[in-house]
Amino acid sequence: MSGTPRTGAPFIVTSRTGDATRPPMEEGHTLNAYLASGGYQGLRKALTMNPEEVVAEVLASNLLGRGGAGFEAGRKWSMVRPNPVRYLVINGDESEPATFKDRMLMERDPHQLVEGTLIAAYAIGAAQAFIFIRGEFALGMERVIAAVNDAYRHGAIGANIFGSGFSVDLVVHPGAGAYICGEETALLESLEGKRGYPRIKPPFFPAAIGLYGEPTVVNNVETVSNLPWIVSNGGAAFAALGQGRSTGTRIFALSGHVVRPGNYEVEMSKLTFRDLIFDPELGGGVRGGKSVKAFIPGGASAPWFGPDQLDLPLDQDAVGKAGSMLGSGSVIVMDSDTCAVRAAWRIARFFHRESCGQCTPCREGSGWIDKVMRRIEDGQGREEDLDLLMDACDNIAPGVSWPPAQTTICVLGPSIPSSVAWSIRMFRDEYLLHIKEGACPCP
Amino acid sequence: MAGLTPENLARARETVALYPQPRSALIPLCHQAQAQEGWLTPDAISQIAELVGVSAAEVRGTASFYDMLHLEPVGKFLIGVCTNISCMLGGAYELLAHAEDRLGIRCGQTTADGTFTLEEMECLAGCDGPTCVAVNYRYFPNQDESTFDTLVDDLAAGRLDGDVPCHGTVSRVDRTVTLMAQRDEVLAERAASDRARSERQAAKEAKG
Repeated sequence: MSGTPRTGAPFIVTSRTGDATRPPMEEGHTLNAYLASGGYQGLRKALTMNPEEVVAEVLASNLLGRGGAGFEAGRKWSMVRPNPVRYLVINGDESEPATFKDRMLMERDPHQLVEGTLIAAYAIGAAQAFIFIRGEFALGMERVIAAVNDAYRHGAIGANIFGSGFSVDLVVHPGAGAYICGEETALLESLEGKRGYPRIKPPFFPAAIGLYGEPTVVNNVETVSNLPWIVSNGGAAFAALGQGRSTGTRIFALSGHVVRPGNYEVEMSKLTFRDLIFDPELGGGVRGGKSVKAFIPGGASAPWFGPDQLDLPLDQDAVGKAGSMLGSGSVIVMDSDTCAVRAAWRIARFFHRESCGQCTPCREGSGWIDKVMRRIEDGQGREEDLDLLMDACDNIAPGVSWPPAQTTICVLGPSIPSSVAWSIRMFRDEYLLHIKEGACPCP
Repeated sequence: MAGLTPENLARARETVALYPQPRSALIPLCHQAQAQEGWLTPDAISQIAELVGVSAAEVRGTASFYDMLHLEPVGKFLIGVCTNISCMLGGAYELLAHAEDRLGIRCGQTTADGTFTLEEMECLAGCDGPTCVAVNYRYFPNQDESTFDTLVDDLAAGRLDGDVPCHGTVSRVDRTVTLMAQRDEVLAERAASDRARSERQAAKEAKG
């Protein structure tokens, strides 16, 4: 077993080094516990290097962004427009259904996040840094704010950090309940005190025109939480883990019909979905000894997989090639008794509720899909509804393929077909049975 | 109708000072106002507008986008039942139906005594403990009908007042530090570093 279960041992470094040097979760969020386990040594080391050298280490690690899109973190930094005013914004708005790794990282290891944020701020020369935390994460907010207060007092944030001559301020910013604010340009709008409407790209790539129109890097919580380890141990050590482009370890959030739902940090690419779900130290198998009917490999936005895909590795490129995405690293397992129509409807309904309303295909399409799916589940469906659903999907993401084409400003729209169209393709007979029997046939 | 207390007004001004542009404080100030009154009163909206330099309509128009910001009063305890995919697979809709029965209200309603508001919530990122119930955003994982009844009893009796603050309080921990890096100095240092970087790059290109 190359991975260590995260539940009860929730620290990134633990499973990477194999020795449990990090404090147990209960007091792990305090400055003293963090310092006792070597905390802030990565930042101290980074401050002795040139910013370019820090960027080079992260490029060498091939750390892929852990927020969902999977873009190389080092390359993202390299693309920031040179400008005296640059901003760093950490995306802690984790709202992708079934994703709960960033919440854990903020609640249990806030100093690791703060240290990683400061390393990133140094690497890009940020004028100011922000951690945007999902408003619902009350405990995470309290822990990170306390960590920031303590880190200021420790000399790790503010003026002349650790005597290095580098200065930067860090502000924790609360969200207020909107899935769309996890989209980086919507997040910036929200941080500017506006409704969370995504901006159109081009021209509003944050690296060029971001917060207040200045170049901005937006990094995910888990992404920057890897930085202290990478700087301390070197990019090559990180790249030595995993395989191909999928380097290092990653936290997989496993939920649904498994015996042991939870966050599991494992080495990338080395395990398969079957290992993650069935290994007794990880998911522990399907509840009640049932079989897997379907699973979603990377959050509610990802196309569904059937049991024939269980042996795919936990590898970004392999999952992409197989027609879905590793996305936010959340794996949702549905057992053989699950009603596919109901499950797909619930996800479609989520997107309908969270659509920001700017683009017609998403705003209207998601509403139509929600209603039609609901009537099929309630036994009021018609056979032509399946074509209607596919047509609505096609209007949002022409061709209904993966990766999806896009008719909307952001990728929320093209995420809608992932549950609807793929469940129709996989379980057409079950949809037809709902329509024929005029009721949900599932137990 | 109450605006911010003098203490909260002072705190609001400190919050505005944390941002390069005052409008960025709009949402944090809405949370602070809700922490005081439980919801966004018209007076608080006007005050926030003045503090961040926009119209009251812009504050209201922004707040109405966000699920957590309430333009009407809500109960002392906002009970949110997550029904998204992972909790649904664990029986969340059955629990939600039970919650409606137990509280005698439908989703979106508040009990007559103003104690409880019930909401169906989107994924709270508590999928490792389905069904996840949040009370004023404090999480109570692994809820079933019997634990839910106990939870409601405990809340009503005030037994959880230490764990669950009144609705609107997002964080009980406040920032205790002002900005410390002088912005002028930071920007001068970044400009110098940009210049040095481009000189290094030019020298490298001249050599190559």
